[in-house]
Amino acid sequence: MTANDTGPRALRRSRRHTVTYIWQAVVALALILAFLMPVYWMLTTALKTTADTFAVPPVLVFQPTLEHFRAVYQEGTVAKSLVNSVIVAVSATALSVLIGAPAAYVLARFNFRGKGDLWFWIISNRFISPIVVALPFFLIARDLRLLDSHLALILVYLTFGVPLVVWLCVDQFRAVPREVDEAATVDGATIWQVFFRINLPLAMPGIIVSAILAFITAWNELLFALVLTRAEARTAPVEAANFMTGFGIRWGPMMATGSLIVLPVVIFALVVSRNLVRGLTMGAIK
Amino acid sequence: MVKRINWRAVSLIAPAVVVLLAVGIYPLLFAIDVSLRQYQLTKPYLGTDYVGLQNYLSVLNDPLFWQSLLRTATFFVLTVPAQVIFGVLIALFIDSIRWRPLSLFMRVLLVIPIAVTPTVVGLIGRLLFNRDFGFINYLLSLLNLPAVSWLGEPGWAMVTIALVDTWQWTPFVTLVMISGLTMISQDVLEAGQLEAGHGWHFFWRVQAPYLLPGLTAVLILRTADILKLFDMVFVLTRGGPGVSTELVSVYIQRVGFRIFDMGIASAQAILLLILCIVLSRAYIRLFYREVEA
Repeated sequence: MTANDTGPRALRRSRRHTVTYIWQAVVALALILAFLMPVYWMLTTALKTTADTFAVPPVLVFQPTLEHFRAVYQEGTVAKSLVNSVIVAVSATALSVLIGAPAAYVLARFNFRGKGDLWFWIISNRFISPIVVALPFFLIARDLRLLDSHLALILVYLTFGVPLVVWLCVDQFRAVPREVDEAATVDGATIWQVFFRINLPLAMPGIIVSAILAFITAWNELLFALVLTRAEARTAPVEAANFMTGFGIRWGPMMATGSLIVLPVVIFALVVSRNLVRGLTMGAIK
Repeated sequence: MVKRINWRAVSLIAPAVVVLLAVGIYPLLFAIDVSLRQYQLTKPYLGTDYVGLQNYLSVLNDPLFWQSLLRTATFFVLTVPAQVIFGVLIALFIDSIRWRPLSLFMRVLLVIPIAVTPTVVGLIGRLLFNRDFGFINYLLSLLNLPAVSWLGEPGWAMVTIALVDTWQWTPFVTLVMISGLTMISQDVLEAGQLEAGHGWHFFWRVQAPYLLPGLTAVLILRTADILKLFDMVFVLTRGGPGVSTELVSVYIQRVGFRIFDMGIASAQAILLLILCIVLSRAYIRLFYREVEA
Protein backbone atom coordinates (compact mmCIF):
# COMPACT_ATOMS: atom_id res chain seq x y z
CA MET A 1 0.00 0.00 0.00
CA THR A 2 2.86 2.40 0.75
CA ALA A 3 3.90 2.36 -2.88
CA ASN A 4 0.65 4.14 -3.71
CA ASP A 5 1.28 7.04 -1.40
CA THR A 6 3.21 9.11 -3.92
CA GLY A 7 2.62 10.19 -7.48
CA PRO A 8 -0.57 10.82 -9.45
CA ARG A 9 -2.51 7.97 -7.87
CA ALA A 10 -2.13 9.45 -4.42
CA LEU A 11 -3.21 12.82 -5.77
CA ARG A 12 -6.30 11.28 -7.36
CA ARG A 13 -7.08 9.49 -4.15
CA SER A 14 -6.77 12.56 -1.98
CA ARG A 15 -9.03 14.44 -4.39
CA ARG A 16 -11.53 11.61 -4.10
CA HIS A 17 -11.30 11.87 -0.30
CA THR A 18 -12.01 15.58 -0.45
CA VAL A 19 -15.11 14.90 -2.52
CA THR A 20 -16.20 12.28 0.03
CA TYR A 21 -15.69 14.74 2.87
CA ILE A 22 -17.77 17.37 1.13
CA TRP A 23 -20.78 15.23 0.24
CA GLN A 24 -20.75 13.64 3.67
CA ALA A 25 -20.77 17.08 5.26
CA VAL A 26 -23.70 18.11 3.04
CA VAL A 27 -25.76 15.03 3.89
CA ALA A 28 -24.93 15.44 7.59
CA LEU A 29 -26.09 19.04 7.49
CA ALA A 30 -29.35 18.05 5.79
CA LEU A 31 -30.00 15.41 8.46
CA ILE A 32 -29.24 17.84 11.27
CA LEU A 33 -31.65 20.36 9.76
CA ALA A 34 -34.39 17.74 9.37
CA PHE A 35 -34.11 16.43 12.92
CA LEU A 36 -33.65 19.75 14.68
CA MET A 37 -36.02 21.89 12.63
CA PRO A 38 -39.15 21.12 14.68
CA VAL A 39 -37.41 22.08 17.92
CA TYR A 40 -35.96 25.18 16.29
CA TRP A 41 -39.42 26.14 15.03
CA MET A 42 -40.87 25.84 18.51
CA LEU A 43 -38.14 28.07 19.96
CA THR A 44 -38.48 30.71 17.27
CA THR A 45 -42.28 30.71 17.50
CA ALA A 46 -41.92 31.32 21.22
CA LEU A 47 -39.74 34.33 20.40
CA LYS A 48 -41.85 35.72 17.53
CA THR A 49 -44.56 38.35 17.79
CA THR A 50 -48.04 36.94 17.17
CA ALA A 51 -48.15 38.69 13.79
CA ASP A 52 -44.90 37.00 12.73
CA THR A 53 -46.23 33.59 13.81
CA PHE A 54 -49.11 33.78 11.34
CA ALA A 55 -47.04 35.22 8.49
CA VAL A 56 -47.27 33.37 5.16
CA PRO A 57 -44.66 32.67 3.89
CA PRO A 58 -43.06 32.11 7.32
CA VAL A 59 -40.56 34.73 8.39
CA LEU A 60 -37.10 33.31 9.00
CA VAL A 61 -35.48 36.53 10.17
CA PHE A 62 -37.38 38.44 12.79
CA GLN A 63 -37.04 40.73 15.78
CA PRO A 64 -37.16 38.39 18.80
CA THR A 65 -39.41 39.27 21.70
CA LEU A 66 -39.72 37.85 25.20
CA GLU A 67 -43.38 38.89 25.51
CA HIS A 68 -44.70 35.31 25.47
CA PHE A 69 -42.30 34.16 28.16
CA ARG A 70 -43.27 37.20 30.19
CA ALA A 71 -46.98 36.46 29.71
CA VAL A 72 -46.47 32.85 30.73
CA TYR A 73 -44.56 33.91 33.83
CA GLN A 74 -47.12 36.51 34.86
CA GLU A 75 -50.11 34.22 34.49
CA GLY A 76 -48.56 31.94 37.07
CA THR A 77 -50.23 28.63 36.21
CA VAL A 78 -47.36 27.54 33.96
CA ALA A 79 -44.76 28.57 36.53
CA LYS A 80 -46.69 26.66 39.18
CA SER A 81 -46.92 23.58 36.97
CA LEU A 82 -43.17 23.70 36.36
CA VAL A 83 -42.59 23.83 40.12
CA ASN A 84 -44.94 20.85 40.51
CA SER A 85 -43.02 18.99 37.81
CA VAL A 86 -39.73 19.66 39.59
CA ILE A 87 -41.13 18.50 42.94
CA VAL A 88 -42.64 15.33 41.49
CA ALA A 89 -39.82 14.37 39.14
CA VAL A 90 -37.04 15.05 41.66
CA SER A 91 -38.82 13.21 44.50
CA ALA A 92 -39.71 10.25 42.29
CA THR A 93 -36.13 10.06 41.03
CA ALA A 94 -34.59 10.31 44.50
CA LEU A 95 -36.91 7.60 45.86
CA SER A 96 -36.29 5.39 42.83
CA VAL A 97 -32.53 5.57 43.41
CA LEU A 98 -32.82 5.07 47.20
CA ILE A 99 -34.99 2.00 46.70
CA GLY A 100 -33.56 0.72 43.44
CA ALA A 101 -29.80 0.93 43.94
CA PRO A 102 -29.58 -1.39 47.00
CA ALA A 103 -31.92 -3.87 45.28
CA ALA A 104 -29.74 -3.79 42.18
CA TYR A 105 -26.71 -4.58 44.33
CA VAL A 106 -28.39 -7.62 45.84
CA LEU A 107 -29.54 -8.80 42.41
CA ALA A 108 -26.01 -8.43 41.08
CA ARG A 109 -24.38 -10.34 43.96
CA PHE A 110 -26.76 -12.93 45.39
CA ASN A 111 -28.74 -15.87 44.11
CA PHE A 112 -32.07 -16.58 45.74
CA ARG A 113 -35.42 -18.15 45.09
CA GLY A 114 -37.79 -15.94 43.13
CA LYS A 115 -34.97 -13.96 41.60
CA GLY A 116 -36.10 -14.91 38.11
CA ASP A 117 -39.66 -13.75 38.83
CA LEU A 118 -38.46 -10.47 40.28
CA TRP A 119 -36.31 -9.99 37.23
CA PHE A 120 -39.20 -10.67 34.88
CA TRP A 121 -41.34 -8.18 36.75
CA ILE A 122 -38.65 -5.54 36.47
CA ILE A 123 -38.15 -6.01 32.74
CA SER A 124 -41.85 -6.34 31.93
CA ASN A 125 -42.45 -2.86 33.30
CA ARG A 126 -40.80 -1.48 30.21
CA PHE A 127 -43.63 -3.04 28.18
CA ILE A 128 -46.75 -2.36 30.19
CA SER A 129 -49.01 0.38 28.91
CA PRO A 130 -49.44 3.05 31.61
CA ILE A 131 -53.20 3.05 31.07
CA VAL A 132 -53.24 -0.39 32.74
CA VAL A 133 -51.83 1.16 35.93
CA ALA A 134 -53.63 4.49 35.57
CA LEU A 135 -57.16 3.06 35.84
CA PRO A 136 -56.80 1.28 39.20
CA PHE A 137 -54.44 3.95 40.54
CA PHE A 138 -57.09 6.60 39.91
CA LEU A 139 -59.68 4.63 41.88
CA ILE A 140 -57.25 3.86 44.71
CA ALA A 141 -56.06 7.49 44.91
CA ARG A 142 -59.67 8.65 44.93
CA ASP A 143 -60.51 6.35 47.84
CA LEU A 144 -57.43 7.51 49.75
CA ARG A 145 -58.23 11.16 48.94
CA LEU A 146 -54.86 11.47 47.20
CA LEU A 147 -56.17 12.83 43.90
CA ASP A 148 -54.44 16.05 42.88
CA SER A 149 -51.57 15.49 45.30
CA HIS A 150 -47.85 15.28 44.62
CA LEU A 151 -47.68 12.07 46.60
CA ALA A 152 -49.97 10.09 44.28
CA LEU A 153 -47.89 11.05 41.26
CA ILE A 154 -44.59 10.36 43.01
CA LEU A 155 -45.82 6.89 44.01
CA VAL A 156 -47.10 6.02 40.56
CA TYR A 157 -43.83 7.22 38.99
CA LEU A 158 -42.00 4.62 41.07
CA THR A 159 -43.61 1.98 38.82
CA PHE A 160 -41.17 2.90 36.07
CA GLY A 161 -38.46 4.68 38.11
CA VAL A 162 -37.50 1.75 40.34
CA PRO A 163 -37.27 -0.84 37.51
CA LEU A 164 -35.21 1.55 35.40
CA VAL A 165 -32.74 2.24 38.20
CA VAL A 166 -32.51 -1.43 39.16
CA TRP A 167 -31.85 -2.51 35.61
CA LEU A 168 -29.17 0.00 34.82
CA CYS A 169 -27.44 -0.36 38.19
CA VAL A 170 -27.29 -4.17 38.17
CA ASP A 171 -24.88 -3.85 35.26
CA GLN A 172 -22.89 -1.27 37.16
CA PHE A 173 -22.55 -3.39 40.33
CA ARG A 174 -21.59 -6.45 38.28
CA ALA A 175 -18.66 -4.42 37.00
CA VAL A 176 -17.36 -4.02 40.56
CA PRO A 177 -15.05 -7.02 41.11
CA ARG A 178 -16.37 -9.56 43.62
CA GLU A 179 -12.91 -9.77 45.20
CA VAL A 180 -13.36 -6.26 46.58
CA ASP A 181 -16.47 -7.45 48.46
CA GLU A 182 -14.80 -10.63 49.65
CA ALA A 183 -11.73 -8.83 50.96
CA ALA A 184 -13.90 -6.40 52.91
CA THR A 185 -16.06 -9.21 54.30
CA VAL A 186 -12.98 -11.06 55.52
CA ASP A 187 -11.96 -7.88 57.31
CA GLY A 188 -15.28 -8.06 59.20
CA ALA A 189 -17.39 -5.58 57.26
CA THR A 190 -21.14 -6.24 57.10
CA ILE A 191 -22.95 -6.27 53.78
CA TRP A 192 -24.35 -2.82 54.57
CA GLN A 193 -20.84 -1.46 54.99
CA VAL A 194 -19.67 -3.26 51.87
CA PHE A 195 -22.54 -1.75 49.95
CA PHE A 196 -22.52 1.80 51.27
CA ARG A 197 -18.79 2.33 51.74
CA ILE A 198 -17.35 0.41 48.79
CA ASN A 199 -19.86 -0.42 46.07
CA LEU A 200 -21.94 2.72 46.16
CA PRO A 201 -19.03 5.10 45.50
CA LEU A 202 -17.62 2.82 42.80
CA ALA A 203 -20.98 2.55 41.03
CA MET A 204 -21.83 6.25 41.41
CA PRO A 205 -21.37 7.22 37.73
CA GLY A 206 -23.83 4.54 36.65
CA ILE A 207 -26.26 5.47 39.41
CA ILE A 208 -26.20 9.10 38.29
CA VAL A 209 -26.91 8.05 34.70
CA SER A 210 -29.85 5.93 35.84
CA ALA A 211 -31.12 8.83 37.97
CA ILE A 212 -31.00 11.18 34.97
CA LEU A 213 -32.91 8.70 32.81
CA ALA A 214 -35.51 8.22 35.54
CA PHE A 215 -35.83 11.98 35.83
CA ILE A 216 -36.33 12.44 32.08
CA THR A 217 -39.04 9.77 32.04
CA ALA A 218 -40.84 11.29 35.02
CA TRP A 219 -40.54 14.83 33.69
CA ASN A 220 -41.97 13.84 30.29
CA GLU A 221 -44.88 11.78 31.64
CA LEU A 222 -48.41 12.86 30.68
CA LEU A 223 -51.04 10.14 31.14
CA PHE A 224 -50.71 9.58 34.91
CA ALA A 225 -50.49 13.31 35.54
CA LEU A 226 -53.54 13.98 33.39
CA VAL A 227 -55.59 11.41 35.26
CA LEU A 228 -54.36 11.98 38.81
CA THR A 229 -54.11 15.78 39.03
CA ARG A 230 -56.53 18.67 38.67
CA ALA A 231 -55.24 22.14 39.61
CA GLU A 232 -53.00 21.97 42.67
CA ALA A 233 -50.55 19.25 41.61
CA ARG A 234 -50.89 19.67 37.84
CA THR A 235 -47.55 19.11 36.10
CA ALA A 236 -46.11 21.04 33.17
CA PRO A 237 -47.01 18.53 30.40
CA VAL A 238 -50.66 18.63 31.52
CA GLU A 239 -50.55 22.41 31.55
CA ALA A 240 -49.05 22.40 28.04
CA ALA A 241 -51.67 19.96 26.74
CA ASN A 242 -54.31 22.28 28.18
CA PHE A 243 -53.37 25.01 25.73
CA MET A 244 -55.12 22.92 23.10
CA THR A 245 -58.53 23.23 24.71
CA GLY A 246 -60.79 26.23 24.41
CA PHE A 247 -61.11 28.69 21.56
CA GLY A 248 -58.25 30.51 19.89
CA ILE A 249 -54.96 28.76 20.45
CA ARG A 250 -52.32 31.06 21.91
CA TRP A 251 -49.37 29.83 19.90
CA GLY A 252 -46.73 32.11 21.44
CA PRO A 253 -47.32 31.26 25.11
CA MET A 254 -47.89 27.61 24.17
CA MET A 255 -44.51 27.35 22.44
CA ALA A 256 -42.83 29.33 25.23
CA THR A 257 -44.20 26.75 27.69
CA GLY A 258 -43.07 23.92 25.43
CA SER A 259 -39.57 25.38 25.27
CA LEU A 260 -39.38 25.67 29.06
CA ILE A 261 -40.47 22.04 29.44
CA VAL A 262 -38.07 20.70 26.84
CA LEU A 263 -34.98 22.66 27.89
CA PRO A 264 -33.98 20.62 30.98
CA VAL A 265 -34.61 17.21 29.40
CA VAL A 266 -32.64 18.07 26.29
CA ILE A 267 -29.70 19.19 28.41
CA PHE A 268 -29.89 16.03 30.52
CA ALA A 269 -30.24 13.85 27.42
CA LEU A 270 -27.12 15.40 25.90
CA VAL A 271 -25.26 14.71 29.16
CA VAL A 272 -26.19 11.00 29.07
CA SER A 273 -26.34 10.70 25.28
CA ARG A 274 -24.05 7.68 25.31
CA ASN A 275 -26.36 5.82 27.69
CA LEU A 276 -29.74 6.82 26.32
CA VAL A 277 -30.07 3.78 24.06
CA ARG A 278 -28.97 1.49 26.88
CA GLY A 279 -31.71 2.97 29.04
CA LEU A 280 -34.40 2.74 26.36
CA THR A 281 -33.60 -0.89 25.55
CA MET A 282 -33.18 -1.90 29.21
CA GLY A 283 -29.54 -2.67 28.58
CA ALA A 284 -30.07 -5.11 25.71
CA ILE A 285 -28.24 -2.77 23.34
CA LYS A 286 -25.07 -1.24 24.72
CA MET B 1 -26.83 -27.78 52.67
CA VAL B 2 -29.11 -25.50 54.58
CA LYS B 3 -28.94 -21.98 53.25
CA ARG B 4 -28.57 -19.30 55.86
CA ILE B 5 -30.71 -16.29 55.11
CA ASN B 6 -28.62 -13.16 54.96
CA TRP B 7 -31.02 -10.75 56.65
CA ARG B 8 -28.91 -7.72 55.91
CA ALA B 9 -29.08 -8.54 52.18
CA VAL B 10 -32.82 -9.01 52.52
CA SER B 11 -33.07 -5.57 54.11
CA LEU B 12 -31.38 -4.04 51.06
CA ILE B 13 -33.80 -5.56 48.60
CA ALA B 14 -36.95 -5.51 50.73
CA PRO B 15 -37.89 -1.85 50.07
CA ALA B 16 -37.88 -2.46 46.33
CA VAL B 17 -40.01 -5.58 46.67
CA VAL B 18 -42.46 -3.85 49.00
CA VAL B 19 -42.78 -0.84 46.69
CA LEU B 20 -43.19 -2.98 43.60
CA LEU B 21 -45.93 -4.96 45.33
CA ALA B 22 -47.65 -1.81 46.56
CA VAL B 23 -47.58 0.34 43.45
CA GLY B 24 -47.32 -2.41 40.82
CA ILE B 25 -49.01 -5.63 41.82
CA TYR B 26 -51.73 -4.27 44.09
CA PRO B 27 -53.16 -1.87 41.45
CA LEU B 28 -53.03 -4.74 38.98
CA LEU B 29 -55.10 -6.99 41.25
CA PHE B 30 -57.39 -4.03 41.82
CA ALA B 31 -57.81 -3.63 38.05
CA ILE B 32 -58.63 -7.31 37.66
CA ASP B 33 -61.24 -6.96 40.41
CA VAL B 34 -62.77 -3.88 38.78
CA SER B 35 -62.78 -5.59 35.39
CA LEU B 36 -65.11 -8.24 36.86
CA ARG B 37 -67.58 -5.66 38.14
CA GLN B 38 -70.18 -3.36 36.75
CA TYR B 39 -68.46 -0.07 37.56
CA GLN B 40 -69.71 3.15 35.97
CA LEU B 41 -68.54 6.26 37.79
CA THR B 42 -71.28 8.37 36.24
CA LYS B 43 -74.00 6.03 37.45
CA PRO B 44 -73.19 5.33 41.10
CA TYR B 45 -76.80 4.27 41.75
CA LEU B 46 -76.17 1.10 39.70
CA GLY B 47 -73.71 -0.10 42.31
CA THR B 48 -70.56 -2.08 41.65
CA ASP B 49 -71.68 -5.69 41.68
CA TYR B 50 -69.68 -8.54 40.19
CA VAL B 51 -70.78 -9.43 36.69
CA GLY B 52 -68.37 -12.26 35.99
CA LEU B 53 -66.72 -12.13 32.61
CA GLN B 54 -69.43 -9.97 31.10
CA ASN B 55 -67.13 -6.96 30.63
CA TYR B 56 -64.63 -9.10 28.79
CA LEU B 57 -67.37 -10.46 26.56
CA SER B 58 -68.63 -7.01 25.69
CA VAL B 59 -65.08 -5.81 24.99
CA LEU B 60 -64.42 -8.76 22.70
CA ASN B 61 -67.72 -8.04 20.93
CA ASP B 62 -67.07 -4.30 20.76
CA PRO B 63 -66.21 -3.34 17.17
CA LEU B 64 -64.70 -0.05 18.43
CA PHE B 65 -62.13 -1.96 20.48
CA TRP B 66 -61.11 -4.09 17.52
CA GLN B 67 -61.04 -1.04 15.30
CA SER B 68 -58.71 0.72 17.73
CA LEU B 69 -56.41 -2.32 17.64
CA LEU B 70 -56.59 -2.36 13.85
CA ARG B 71 -55.74 1.36 13.77
CA THR B 72 -52.81 0.66 16.06
CA ALA B 73 -51.65 -2.05 13.65
CA THR B 74 -52.06 0.36 10.73
CA PHE B 75 -50.01 2.92 12.61
CA PHE B 76 -47.32 0.28 13.17
CA VAL B 77 -47.22 -0.52 9.43
CA LEU B 78 -47.00 3.17 8.56
CA THR B 79 -44.21 3.96 11.01
CA VAL B 80 -41.94 1.05 11.91
CA PRO B 81 -40.82 -0.07 8.41
CA ALA B 82 -40.03 3.55 7.54
CA GLN B 83 -38.18 4.04 10.82
CA VAL B 84 -36.16 0.87 10.26
CA ILE B 85 -35.24 1.73 6.66
CA PHE B 86 -34.31 5.34 7.44
CA GLY B 87 -32.64 4.27 10.67
CA VAL B 88 -30.41 1.73 8.93
CA LEU B 89 -29.57 4.10 6.08
CA ILE B 90 -28.68 6.95 8.41
CA ALA B 91 -26.68 4.58 10.63
CA LEU B 92 -24.70 3.32 7.63
CA PHE B 93 -24.10 6.90 6.61
CA ILE B 94 -22.93 8.05 10.05
CA ASP B 95 -20.76 4.94 10.37
CA SER B 96 -19.10 5.81 7.06
CA ILE B 97 -18.35 9.44 7.93
CA ARG B 98 -14.62 9.91 7.60
CA TRP B 99 -14.27 12.98 9.78
CA ARG B 100 -14.71 11.54 13.27
CA PRO B 101 -15.77 14.70 15.11
CA LEU B 102 -18.69 15.01 12.68
CA SER B 103 -19.86 11.44 13.27
CA LEU B 104 -19.62 11.91 17.05
CA PHE B 105 -21.49 15.20 16.78
CA MET B 106 -24.28 13.50 14.79
CA ARG B 107 -24.62 10.75 17.37
CA VAL B 108 -24.99 13.26 20.17
CA LEU B 109 -27.49 15.40 18.26
CA LEU B 110 -29.66 12.39 17.46
CA VAL B 111 -30.68 12.05 21.11
CA ILE B 112 -32.53 15.38 20.99
CA PRO B 113 -35.69 14.23 19.15
CA ILE B 114 -35.86 11.14 21.39
CA ALA B 115 -35.73 13.24 24.55
CA VAL B 116 -38.25 15.91 23.60
CA THR B 117 -41.34 15.57 25.80
CA PRO B 118 -43.96 13.72 23.70
CA THR B 119 -46.63 16.17 24.83
CA VAL B 120 -44.56 19.01 23.43
CA VAL B 121 -43.92 16.98 20.27
CA GLY B 122 -47.70 16.93 19.85
CA LEU B 123 -47.85 20.72 20.27
CA ILE B 124 -45.05 21.22 17.73
CA GLY B 125 -46.96 18.94 15.36
CA ARG B 126 -50.01 21.20 15.71
CA LEU B 127 -47.83 24.14 14.75
CA LEU B 128 -45.95 22.59 11.82
CA PHE B 129 -48.97 20.81 10.32
CA ASN B 130 -51.33 23.76 10.70
CA ARG B 131 -53.32 24.10 7.49
CA ASP B 132 -53.10 27.89 7.22
CA PHE B 133 -49.66 28.91 8.37
CA GLY B 134 -47.84 25.63 9.09
CA PHE B 135 -44.32 25.08 7.85
CA ILE B 136 -45.17 21.76 6.13
CA ASN B 137 -47.82 23.31 3.89
CA TYR B 138 -45.36 26.11 3.16
CA LEU B 139 -42.86 23.48 1.94
CA LEU B 140 -45.62 21.96 -0.21
CA SER B 141 -46.39 25.36 -1.68
CA LEU B 142 -42.72 25.72 -2.67
CA LEU B 143 -43.20 22.52 -4.69
CA ASN B 144 -46.40 23.95 -6.18
CA LEU B 145 -48.50 21.40 -4.31
CA PRO B 146 -51.87 22.33 -2.81
CA ALA B 147 -52.24 22.86 0.94
CA VAL B 148 -53.32 19.77 2.87
CA SER B 149 -55.72 19.82 5.80
CA TRP B 150 -53.43 17.55 7.79
CA LEU B 151 -55.39 17.44 11.01
CA GLY B 152 -58.82 17.96 9.49
CA GLU B 153 -59.20 14.81 7.41
CA PRO B 154 -59.15 11.27 8.85
CA GLY B 155 -56.61 9.80 6.41
CA TRP B 156 -54.23 12.73 6.60
CA ALA B 157 -54.48 12.86 10.40
CA MET B 158 -53.22 9.27 10.54
CA VAL B 159 -50.40 10.21 8.16
CA THR B 160 -49.58 13.20 10.37
CA ILE B 161 -49.20 11.21 13.59
CA ALA B 162 -47.17 8.63 11.65
CA LEU B 163 -44.84 11.33 10.30
CA VAL B 164 -44.40 12.89 13.72
CA ASP B 165 -43.68 9.50 15.31
CA THR B 166 -41.18 8.74 12.55
CA TRP B 167 -39.41 12.04 13.20
CA GLN B 168 -39.12 11.24 16.91
CA TRP B 169 -38.16 7.56 16.74
CA THR B 170 -36.00 7.18 13.62
CA PRO B 171 -33.05 8.58 15.64
CA PHE B 172 -33.57 5.83 18.21
CA VAL B 173 -33.43 3.14 15.52
CA THR B 174 -30.37 4.86 14.07
CA LEU B 175 -28.52 4.82 17.39
CA VAL B 176 -29.37 1.15 17.97
CA MET B 177 -28.10 0.28 14.49
CA ILE B 178 -24.93 2.32 14.96
CA SER B 179 -24.12 0.35 18.09
CA GLY B 180 -24.53 -2.82 16.01
CA LEU B 181 -22.21 -1.52 13.32
CA THR B 182 -19.52 -0.55 15.81
CA MET B 183 -19.46 -4.17 17.06
CA ILE B 184 -17.87 -5.27 13.77
CA SER B 185 -14.15 -5.70 14.33
CA GLN B 186 -11.59 -4.20 12.00
CA ASP B 187 -10.45 -7.70 10.94
CA VAL B 188 -13.95 -8.73 9.91
CA LEU B 189 -14.38 -5.48 8.01
CA GLU B 190 -11.16 -5.92 6.07
CA ALA B 191 -11.75 -9.59 5.33
CA GLY B 192 -15.29 -8.73 4.23
CA GLN B 193 -14.05 -6.04 1.92
CA LEU B 194 -11.68 -8.46 0.22
CA GLU B 195 -14.41 -11.04 -0.14
CA ALA B 196 -17.51 -9.00 -0.89
CA GLY B 197 -16.11 -5.69 -2.13
CA HIS B 198 -18.30 -2.66 -1.46
CA GLY B 199 -21.96 -1.83 -1.79
CA TRP B 200 -24.87 -4.24 -1.46
CA HIS B 201 -22.85 -7.40 -1.19
CA PHE B 202 -20.79 -5.97 1.60
CA PHE B 203 -23.89 -4.76 3.43
CA TRP B 204 -25.73 -8.10 3.25
CA ARG B 205 -22.76 -10.37 3.88
CA VAL B 206 -20.78 -8.40 6.45
CA GLN B 207 -22.84 -5.67 8.12
CA ALA B 208 -26.43 -7.00 8.11
CA PRO B 209 -25.77 -9.92 10.51
CA TYR B 210 -24.57 -7.44 13.12
CA LEU B 211 -27.76 -5.40 12.76
CA LEU B 212 -30.04 -8.36 13.45
CA PRO B 213 -30.12 -8.26 17.29
CA GLY B 214 -30.74 -4.51 17.19
CA LEU B 215 -33.51 -5.00 14.64
CA THR B 216 -35.21 -7.60 16.86
CA ALA B 217 -35.00 -5.27 19.85
CA VAL B 218 -36.36 -2.37 17.81
CA LEU B 219 -39.32 -4.38 16.52
CA ILE B 220 -40.36 -5.58 19.97
CA LEU B 221 -39.81 -2.24 21.71
CA ARG B 222 -41.56 -0.22 19.01
CA THR B 223 -44.53 -2.63 19.17
CA ALA B 224 -44.72 -2.14 22.93
CA ASP B 225 -44.28 1.63 22.64
CA ILE B 226 -47.02 1.90 20.02
CA LEU B 227 -49.38 -0.10 22.25
CA LYS B 228 -48.49 2.41 25.00
CA LEU B 229 -48.61 5.47 22.79
CA PHE B 230 -50.89 8.10 24.27
CA ASP B 231 -49.43 11.55 24.88
CA MET B 232 -48.28 12.65 21.42
CA VAL B 233 -51.52 11.50 19.77
CA PHE B 234 -53.71 12.87 22.56
CA VAL B 235 -52.22 16.34 22.16
CA LEU B 236 -51.93 16.31 18.37
CA THR B 237 -55.35 14.93 17.36
CA ARG B 238 -57.25 13.86 20.52
CA GLY B 239 -57.87 10.67 18.55
CA GLY B 240 -59.73 12.62 15.89
CA PRO B 241 -61.10 13.72 13.60
CA GLY B 242 -63.89 11.41 14.73
CA VAL B 243 -62.04 8.36 16.00
CA SER B 244 -59.68 8.17 13.02
CA THR B 245 -56.46 8.32 15.04
CA GLU B 246 -57.73 6.73 18.25
CA LEU B 247 -55.02 4.17 18.96
CA VAL B 248 -55.73 1.51 21.57
CA SER B 249 -54.31 3.35 24.62
CA VAL B 250 -56.13 6.54 23.62
CA TYR B 251 -59.38 4.59 23.26
CA ILE B 252 -59.05 2.94 26.67
CA GLN B 253 -58.28 6.31 28.22
CA ARG B 254 -61.48 7.71 26.68
CA VAL B 255 -63.61 4.81 27.92
CA GLY B 256 -62.08 5.10 31.40
CA PHE B 257 -61.81 8.84 31.88
CA ARG B 258 -64.33 10.47 29.55
CA ILE B 259 -67.08 7.85 29.52
CA PHE B 260 -66.04 6.75 33.02
CA ASP B 261 -66.91 3.11 32.50
CA MET B 262 -64.22 1.68 34.75
CA GLY B 263 -65.35 -1.94 34.43
CA ILE B 264 -65.13 -2.00 30.64
CA ALA B 265 -61.94 0.09 30.55
CA SER B 266 -60.27 -2.22 33.08
CA ALA B 267 -61.21 -5.28 31.05
CA GLN B 268 -59.71 -3.61 27.97
CA ALA B 269 -56.59 -2.72 29.92
CA ILE B 270 -56.17 -6.30 31.18
CA LEU B 271 -56.47 -7.63 27.62
CA LEU B 272 -53.86 -5.09 26.53
CA LEU B 273 -51.69 -6.14 29.45
CA ILE B 274 -51.75 -9.75 28.28
CA LEU B 275 -50.48 -8.59 24.90
CA CYS B 276 -47.70 -6.60 26.60
CA ILE B 277 -46.66 -9.57 28.74
CA VAL B 278 -46.35 -11.78 25.67
CA LEU B 279 -44.08 -9.14 24.15
CA SER B 280 -41.91 -8.79 27.22
CA ARG B 281 -41.57 -12.58 27.43
CA ALA B 282 -40.30 -12.60 23.87
CA TYR B 283 -37.89 -9.79 24.68
CA ILE B 284 -36.51 -11.59 27.72
CA ARG B 285 -36.13 -14.84 25.75
CA LEU B 286 -34.11 -13.07 23.10
CA PHE B 287 -31.94 -10.78 25.16
CA TYR B 288 -31.56 -12.05 28.71
CA ARG B 289 -31.19 -15.76 28.14
CA GLU B 290 -28.65 -16.23 30.91
CA VAL B 291 -30.87 -14.61 33.52
CA GLU B 292 -34.01 -16.59 32.90
CA ALA B 293 -32.22 -19.94 32.97
